[in-house]
Amino acid sequence: MTVDPVLVAPEHKEEIKSTTCYMCACRCGIDVTIRDGQVRYIEGNPNHPLNQGVICAKGAAGIMKQYSPARLTQPLRRRKDSERGQAHFEPISWEETYDILEKRLSHIRATDPKKFALFTGRDQMQALTGLFARQFGTPNYAAHGGFCSVNMAAGMIYTIGGSFWEFGGPDLEQAKLFVMIGTAEDHHSNPMKVALSKFKRRGGRFISINPVRTGYSAIADEWIPIKPGTDGALLLALCHVLLRDKLFDESFVREYTNGGYLVNDDPQSPQFGLVIHNGIVPAVNPHRSHSQLWWDLTLNAAISNHAPGCEPALSGRYHLPDGTPVRPAFALLQERLESYTPAWAESITGISAQRIEALAIEMGTVALKQKITLPIKWTDSWGKKHDSITGNPVAFHAMRGLAAHSNGFQSIRSLSILMSLLGTIDRPGGFRHKAPYPRGTPPVYARNPMGPEAIKPNTPLAGAPLGFPSGPDELFIDKEGQPLRLDKAFSWEYPLAIHGMMHNVITNACRGDPYTIDTLMIFMANMAWNSSMNTTDARQLLCERDEKGEYKIPFLVVCDAFESEMTAFADLILPDTTYLERHDVMSMLDRPISEFDGPVDSVRVPILPPSAECRPFQEVLIELAGRLKFPAFVNDQGERKFKNYPDFIVNFQTEPNSGQGFLIGWRGKDADQSMVGAPNPDQWAQYEKNNCFYQHRLPLEQQYMRNWNQGYNQWAVTAKLRRYPDPVMIQLYAEVLQRFRLAARGHGERQPPESLRERIETYFDPLPFYYEPLESATSDKQRYPLSAITQRPMAMYHSWDSQNAWLRQIHAHNFLFVNTQTALAAGIADGQWMWVESAHGKVRCLCRHSQSVEPGTVWTWNAIGKAQGAWHLAENANESQKGFLLNHLLKDEILDSRGRLMSNSDPITGQAGWYDVKVSIRPAKADEKEQSFPQFKSMAPLPGRPRIDIPSQAYVAGKVHKK
Amino acid sequence: MSQLALVIDLNVCVGCQACVTSCKQWNTSGQAVALSDQNPYGADPSGTFFNRVQTYEVGTFPETDTIHFPKSCLHCEEPPCVPVCPTGASYKRKDNGLVLIDYDKCIGCNYCAWACPYGVRELDEKEKVMTKCTLCVDRIEDLSLDETQRKPACVLACPTNARLFGDIHDPESLVSQAIAQNEGYALMPEWGTRPANHYLPRRQASAIDRLLSETTEQQRRVKTPSDSEGQGS
Repeated sequence: MTVDPVLVAPEHKEEIKSTTCYMCACRCGIDVTIRDGQVRYIEGNPNHPLNQGVICAKGAAGIMKQYSPARLTQPLRRRKDSERGQAHFEPISWEETYDILEKRLSHIRATDPKKFALFTGRDQMQALTGLFARQFGTPNYAAHGGFCSVNMAAGMIYTIGGSFWEFGGPDLEQAKLFVMIGTAEDHHSNPMKVALSKFKRRGGRFISINPVRTGYSAIADEWIPIKPGTDGALLLALCHVLLRDKLFDESFVREYTNGGYLVNDDPQSPQFGLVIHNGIVPAVNPHRSHSQLWWDLTLNAAISNHAPGCEPALSGRYHLPDGTPVRPAFALLQERLESYTPAWAESITGISAQRIEALAIEMGTVALKQKITLPIKWTDSWGKKHDSITGNPVAFHAMRGLAAHSNGFQSIRSLSILMSLLGTIDRPGGFRHKAPYPRGTPPVYARNPMGPEAIKPNTPLAGAPLGFPSGPDELFIDKEGQPLRLDKAFSWEYPLAIHGMMHNVITNACRGDPYTIDTLMIFMANMAWNSSMNTTDARQLLCERDEKGEYKIPFLVVCDAFESEMTAFADLILPDTTYLERHDVMSMLDRPISEFDGPVDSVRVPILPPSAECRPFQEVLIELAGRLKFPAFVNDQGERKFKNYPDFIVNFQTEPNSGQGFLIGWRGKDADQSMVGAPNPDQWAQYEKNNCFYQHRLPLEQQYMRNWNQGYNQWAVTAKLRRYPDPVMIQLYAEVLQRFRLAARGHGERQPPESLRERIETYFDPLPFYYEPLESATSDKQRYPLSAITQRPMAMYHSWDSQNAWLRQIHAHNFLFVNTQTALAAGIADGQWMWVESAHGKVRCLCRHSQSVEPGTVWTWNAIGKAQGAWHLAENANESQKGFLLNHLLKDEILDSRGRLMSNSDPITGQAGWYDVKVSIRPAKADEKEQSFPQFKSMAPLPGRPRIDIPSQAYVAGKVHKK
Repeated sequence: MSQLALVIDLNVCVGCQACVTSCKQWNTSGQAVALSDQNPYGADPSGTFFNRVQTYEVGTFPETDTIHFPKSCLHCEEPPCVPVCPTGASYKRKDNGLVLIDYDKCIGCNYCAWACPYGVRELDEKEKVMTKCTLCVDRIEDLSLDETQRKPACVLACPTNARLFGDIHDPESLVSQAIAQNEGYALMPEWGTRPANHYLPRRQASAIDRLLSETTEQQRRVKTPSDSEGQGS
């Protein structure tokens, strides 16, 4: 090869444009080289704060997504002569599509708005999709968080006022010890990789606690295998040792947690277990009182919390002047932790008591003996001035590994409490928040409706579809205590389901429990495959008819960019664009890309024109909102206010003249304001000029201790990140949960139905506790002795990438990884066909022996297996013939202790417990078919998209002549 | 004479495969031949990749290590693939030590692939010529690129900065220091091929690690016009 410095012949035109990736939800800045109108190269943008120039395997394979033959290219309507699921469609125009939707939706809106349900698989457009639902007037809206990681969000937000991923994370630049628990590779992936490498090279010690050693765990200095679903037991035992050995940050606990707050200790009182509120404190936040009491040992009396010169007792029993017996919340925590010894945890987790002891001591020692002190002056929420910021450099990260268990909320509360005892919250080297967090514990910015009067025809919903209930009064239920949302979120069944419960929607709608609906609109969610716990049932339910012969879900609209399994079931398909063909925002109203040192938001701009008839889903929503005359989308004359999505983004304000919109950068007529300011018609151009992001760096004195940082919180209110500047107190003791528990005990106006009293009493414990995940607790462990879990491979993101010619060469089919000893004991050879079976279903798959998985666990890569014919793959493609979906072993419902069917979910948050399943394994017989099981009838190709056998392809951008 | 090479740090490689696809996309539209894919949407898809990551386990549970091992042409100093080439298509550049293939001369006879003890040459099924890593010669020598961008695509992509690029004949270079201070090793020295690429083993952090951490920090912290230090306080 001779080297020719002129790489591209002069007749070829090349240019580089910046935008934001969306090959997964990480949202890295990318530079896209376009050659003669085709994508030549996608690289990380070195000027972008999130990925700092790097890119991942998915991002670098974006070309194959853009030009995939699986793209949907035109609106399609199910043929009248065909059944749902057959995938027999006819093309229609967008005008006709809009007419159909306008007619149907305006009728629903005028009659019973809750009969329209909108659920989205991707959760980073929620500010718009949520607004659409709210303006429509339906509460039946959510993204996929209930299936994904709501336990992580709820468990942490209700305890420390923020959570991992977009809203906070480990400060690996300053940490000395990093502990990662469970699978977490797929969230915040590139920044985590960048930080992890630097952390290791700085000499940091990395411990991974995970049933499986893969992904990031591969480079851990130490791997501690653990049994799935037992993390809570480990975390509580760690807390036990920290308290026993006084290895916790006592002054942090006194000042910044509710550990010193006095709790009513009179079991006869209707206030039992509630924090006493009668100190003298000005009301800063009308929804959250800060008038709790401390017990001052010097005065031997109750005093207002944070009274100058005082400090609270953390132990003891006291009486208030009116005779009420009280105890500091911390004393209750200490009592609770007494029985959670390392020896107790050993039998549950499979980790030796010795190792647990040593781990706790290492954490406590690094936290207390290797403190970091930064010479940064700051003032706390009580006006006390500090000369420095202290850091206890132990950092943690966790995501779905902890979350996707039905005991996940309490496990994650236990993790949050461990992090708080170590004194690591929003401090250097520990956990740090990212704007718009921290917010309250729980926040008040989004408040869900609380009764049936919130739903009225032709009227926006009175409240946000998703909020943060702080007690029974804030549940969304009717007078009889019955659910008002289709998915039963915010009902007595799942009170803190703050991300909704997408996994209940199809089952509930078909059963008419709590009611039937008319139209279900699904955006980018593969409910007929990997986004359901009951995949086979869900596919049948989507086709189920009532006694009149009508589909039980009468109208199903699916918007996606690709021929997924779900599109086969649509009545109407809306072809979405790819990420390279659209405007988009990573908004502060939603899930932005903020850094530890301040808010950051970003945009996506079109690099290429939309392919064929594709239209961005955002544009569809803006168009429909105008046609349906939603109040926020029309002017006083009832005329459409926004001509398109970019226009909407620039001009929409949360309230008239609030100055708060979707984007924080370059606001104001002269583009000289940030966070808040008048709309700027030139805003998109400013973002484009600036690598598609806006970064606001906080002054140093506002970068830490933000839960209790006066300067930060006052600024956060002016910046409209928070409603009120009150401190965000860490809830070692979760008073919110006690409110529910008191209701279960017969106190208050709103009490749970009889059948749910015991459940609420059990799980709504204000102190962290461990219980076995619901499904494994009720499984026959003789018959199903193993746990089965999944992880996402770093080179693939869910089902999104099966259509990608390059990525599918890395993972075309999956194996079930089984510990070698376990497999041999079952008589299964490496590479052999085998059966894995649960109480709900069975799967035939290929076995891979492994030494990197603890013997009681089997696992596989998530959603590599596909249904035959889906994703425009050949009928003999590996994905359907050798690949498999573990979801076939799951069940969306479970019998509770009273024999009633409940969602197989965390009883507090409704998080799908899809890591809880127990299984058995056996070899497939020699004469069996060498094919994965179950199989489904092949999905028919779509009109104009015949599946052509492409024996070979070689992509060259711009068709440059090659030898 | 300089010898360009990759030094791959197994201590931080998480096996994410970013190097694999970034290499593919750069090179398929680059100056090398197009990198074809067979059965791209069918059974057993396969294609030409200049770089692949192999993952394997070492040890017995629970003392198990999972190793992600990226592998591409090692640009040997004594490349066995060159002398066996009947047409002279395979050659080693004198100025920088790159082992390259002249596609005009390659007849796809496969001798070089058989001679290579590392299995890193791939005959493109469509083009019927031999292909392999060029260290992105069309990037590293493209003077129209910003100097920071004159690196192989895989090096720029790698999220953990596990791939270091430089001249191993220059004892002062970062790659030479990384090899010297971290027991960097070459693959299968018994073959006498003297591979230029080296690997850094799993280890406790060392002085060079801190230097690497700082160097990448400096490279990546680029000030942007939208920085607004302290604004809003």
